[in-house]
Amino acid sequence: MKILIIVRQVPDSTTNIKIQSGGQDIERAGVKMVVNPFDEFAIEQAVQLKEKRSDVSGVTALIVGPAAAAEALRTALAVGADDGIHVQVDSYNALDELQTAALIAAVVRAGGYDLILTGKQEIDLDSGQLGPALAELLDVPHVGATVKLEVAADGKSLVARRRIEGAEEVVRVHLPVLLTCDKGLCEMRYPSLPNLMKAKKKPVKVVTPAEVPGFGDLMAGVGGTKMHSFQPPPERPPGKIIPGEPEEAARELVRLLREEAKVI
Amino acid sequence: MTNDILIFAEQRNDKLHPAALQLVTPARALAAKTGGRVVACVIGQALSAAADAMAQAGVDRVVTMSDPALANYSALRYRTALAAVMEKVQPRVTLLPATFMGRDLAPRVAARLKAALATDVVDLTIDADGALDVGRPVYNGKALCRVRFPKDRPALASVRPNTFPAPQPGGNTAARDSLPYTPAPGDERIEVQEIARTGGAIKDVTEADIIVSGGRALKSEENFKILFELAEVLDAAVGASRAACDAGYQPHSRQVGLTGKTVTPRLYIACGISGAIQHLAGMRGSKVIVAINSDKEAPIFKLADYGIVGDLFKVVPAITAEVRRLKG
Repeated sequence: MKILIIVRQVPDSTTNIKIQSGGQDIERAGVKMVVNPFDEFAIEQAVQLKEKRSDVSGVTALIVGPAAAAEALRTALAVGADDGIHVQVDSYNALDELQTAALIAAVVRAGGYDLILTGKQEIDLDSGQLGPALAELLDVPHVGATVKLEVAADGKSLVARRRIEGAEEVVRVHLPVLLTCDKGLCEMRYPSLPNLMKAKKKPVKVVTPAEVPGFGDLMAGVGGTKMHSFQPPPERPPGKIIPGEPEEAARELVRLLREEAKVI
Repeated sequence: MTNDILIFAEQRNDKLHPAALQLVTPARALAAKTGGRVVACVIGQALSAAADAMAQAGVDRVVTMSDPALANYSALRYRTALAAVMEKVQPRVTLLPATFMGRDLAPRVAARLKAALATDVVDLTIDADGALDVGRPVYNGKALCRVRFPKDRPALASVRPNTFPAPQPGGNTAARDSLPYTPAPGDERIEVQEIARTGGAIKDVTEADIIVSGGRALKSEENFKILFELAEVLDAAVGASRAACDAGYQPHSRQVGLTGKTVTPRLYIACGISGAIQHLAGMRGSKVIVAINSDKEAPIFKLADYGIVGDLFKVVPAITAEVRRLKG
């Protein structure tokens, strides 16, 4: 069983996001970049499968991003991926997600991966397009927002639980399959220092768009949305602090919610 | 491509998702600009009630696709079904609700039809050049990004629930037709074995109009009882912060926040939640926010419309009692 993990690098969630004065993008300088938290679940799940099963022949981690994205790839290698593919593009916003999916599909199509794991969504742009779109382009089924996974002993099928409104769906699919991972599947272990050192020696294949046959046509063939301006979110008017003893404050709150906000 | 706007009217068990009806409002506004019609499609097995509800919501045409194989959602069967409807209707813009189903389905269909897609949008317009232009929150709601679509290919957008009001039901004047489901090779590769309700009879945070949410200050699973009591009188769901879930007070299925669920209810009541960025990311889209916290410096008060500085163990039961008293 060959496993592929798709990893993304995103600004740390606690980073203060500033918008460039022209509004074309956020300020990138000094922003701490980390592995997308949902992709961490994918990395850990892949490594656990490799540790538990004798039929896993390799775990490859792939990232699309500028040179600096190599650091996120190294985290995946330190946790336990065997090798990496770095598809180098100039900036994080150069392609939209459908185009990124098309690029990844072109790079991995001949790879013969049986199980592809990635996060449910990326926490910066929150779009969640990559997993399902990549599955479609590779013509494999996908299970979105997976919270539990059991691969059959023969490695030919798996049963996954996925989260939906107020319920969990239990689905059975045949490999090859792509899974997007949600919170609850597993927690990524912290890579140890020796493993971080070892990760530097693991092979990483760098692919540039020029090396992808028909790159231009591929990008012209799907998606093509452009993020053209960023604005701060609309400000909320200052809130009201309701004074008084608990009973008194509670009564006033309920009155305001009924008469002023009209929400109950 | 026509100038029509297509709505994917999500239903389960012949019950429309509330977010599906809400799509009529932006679809009407877009159709007024493109000069096209609003077409709704309902995909499933038994769907007469869902199709009627859509027809009464002011759409011009309702297309149904009914087949036993479509009884439960499957990413593969539904992408084949929706793609077939889109190829028939040839809409300029297709809207889906940004629900678990819509978020799962839209990218597959967009990739299949070589279309373009933006997810979780909160604003839609047609610009001077005739291209779709949408707004969507990014970076945990710390910025709003505008996205322009290419003019020459079908556009798909999933719309954040509770962003637009549902139209008042009116007369049933919509034209009706149906299309058959023709499976694509391999559609059977996903088999739904079971749909297991989580949390019993209690509503899920992603399907509730009101959410009562608790943080680490609740101190135990047992203490969440006072939140469940308030939730019951308000017909609300109970949510929790990451800290509360990680401490084991509530399951992760109730977690609201960056790595939990993103919610946009009409009313969000945060009890003993300080307001870490991770939590705010999941609930800042709520219409009205109430914060109850003993620390008057807690960041949640900056976002709250109404705040009570006090002991939640006294305040929350007092709110429950007051709502109960008013409801008689």
